[in-house]
Amino acid sequence: MCGIVGLYLKDQALETQLGAMFAPMLEAMTERGPDSAGFAIYGDEVPAGSIKVTMRYPDVGYDWPALAATLRSALGCDIDFFQNATVSVFKISCDAAQALTAIAESAPDVLVLSAGRSIEILKEVGLPKAISEQFNLPGMRGSHIIGHTRMATESAVTMAGSHPFSTGEDLCLVHNGSLSNHNRLRLDLQRRGIEFATDNDSEVAAGYLTWRLRSGLGLRKSLEQALVDLDGFFTFAIGTRDGFAVVRDPIACKPAVLAETDDFVAMASEYQALASLPGIANARVWEPEPGHIYIWERGDQMNERLSA
Amino acid sequence: MKTVDLTEHSVRDLNQGLHDQAKTIEEPDWEVLNPSGEHNLACGLDADLKVMIKGHAGYYCAGMNQHAEVTVDGNVGPGVAENMMSGAVRVKGNASQSAGATANGGLLVIEGDAGARCGISLKGADIVVQGSVGHMSCFMAQAGRLVVCGDAGEALGDSIYETQIYVKGEVASLGADCIEKEMKPEHTQALQALLQQAGIDEDPAAFKRYGSARQLYNFKVDNVSAY
Repeated sequence: MCGIVGLYLKDQALETQLGAMFAPMLEAMTERGPDSAGFAIYGDEVPAGSIKVTMRYPDVGYDWPALAATLRSALGCDIDFFQNATVSVFKISCDAAQALTAIAESAPDVLVLSAGRSIEILKEVGLPKAISEQFNLPGMRGSHIIGHTRMATESAVTMAGSHPFSTGEDLCLVHNGSLSNHNRLRLDLQRRGIEFATDNDSEVAAGYLTWRLRSGLGLRKSLEQALVDLDGFFTFAIGTRDGFAVVRDPIACKPAVLAETDDFVAMASEYQALASLPGIANARVWEPEPGHIYIWERGDQMNERLSA
Repeated sequence: MKTVDLTEHSVRDLNQGLHDQAKTIEEPDWEVLNPSGEHNLACGLDADLKVMIKGHAGYYCAGMNQHAEVTVDGNVGPGVAENMMSGAVRVKGNASQSAGATANGGLLVIEGDAGARCGISLKGADIVVQGSVGHMSCFMAQAGRLVVCGDAGEALGDSIYETQIYVKGEVASLGADCIEKEMKPEHTQALQALLQQAGIDEDPAAFKRYGSARQLYNFKVDNVSAY
């Protein structure tokens, strides 16, 4: 089943309240996904040439300062980090590929959840409420955020199978549905140099977008192509460094509701998750059309709808 | 009027209170506040009640309705008035997919748009949509009527039996065995009455009629060797 939610702020003054607005949205989707939950939050951006890496180790007593020291000497650059429960966010002032290689060599038992200039992915197995509290989601700030509550169908209830998935810098995808051609697509994408950490179908969709975006196609065109190449049921919410997109497959079995005000755009599997948002009573609320692509991007805040 | 605020009461409390009216109606007028997209609101009613839901409702709102008049001052999720037997359901906003699915009787009015599969497997109810309907509407619909004042999505009336469809706007495509049919005076007259009943001001002469070509569901003796 699964629940997906997204919140994209149009009014920057609300950035300090992003987490507080979003936490009830995630929790409202517990009935659709009680197995695991997670979210990708965008904000607190590092400068160009630097990279922010979010990592997880199950033991909260993990020696992150030691890892930071090891990486500093391996990479010969500045590293800041902060710990949030089982997760640490490292801000590393060097090239992304170098940083990720050094992390893989220095700490092979640490799970990298995301990498990018803006993105931080936090996820755990368990109830959405517990996960929100563990990471103090209501206290978080940022420009946009997408989240997922999982009811596992295609792979096991594990940390690795928890959403959201990120397969490229600052890109995140959450998925409600199931893909039927993910095995073949995974092989094709692996041949094109995309790496996968799990056997999960949703990770393939994220990997597909990473590949399309890397080839320079742009978010809109990449999603148009995804509608052609992905077979199965899906509602996707997608985050990029400065954008937010929603797309449903043409059959549209999986639900989605959008709401827009002057202050924000919000998306959820069901309206229940939007009911707590400020000003929702006067928001424009509608069901995204099947096979249409909805994109909001910084500097272009108009709802762009392109038919597939 | 009885007012139930869903920030103070559960959906089960509300539905039980409504069901309790079936024996003797002590309170015919109900108002529901803060529905917040909750599922299964005012389901399975079986009495002459008037229920006004102030806000957006979730899945299966007013499902299995008999006799009651349910109005939603907002949008509804999938399956509004599914399997309705009689009575009336009015949605002032938009409806998600499968609105009026398998409904046997009564009238469903949607003042906004309806999503995909509106009137799927319709069994005798009337559905009037002031806006447009999504793809696969009236899929395998058996009886009753669907009126669409806007446009219809792809594969309208696919594998349709004897439901009658009236569309004023564009039809993206017709499904298997669904064809346009002549609008005879009796159809214009019947449509006028239905629009009036739905409280929607449209000229019945502006509509086209669609229905079954009856090539798909009739047994053909020529095919006997295939069985």
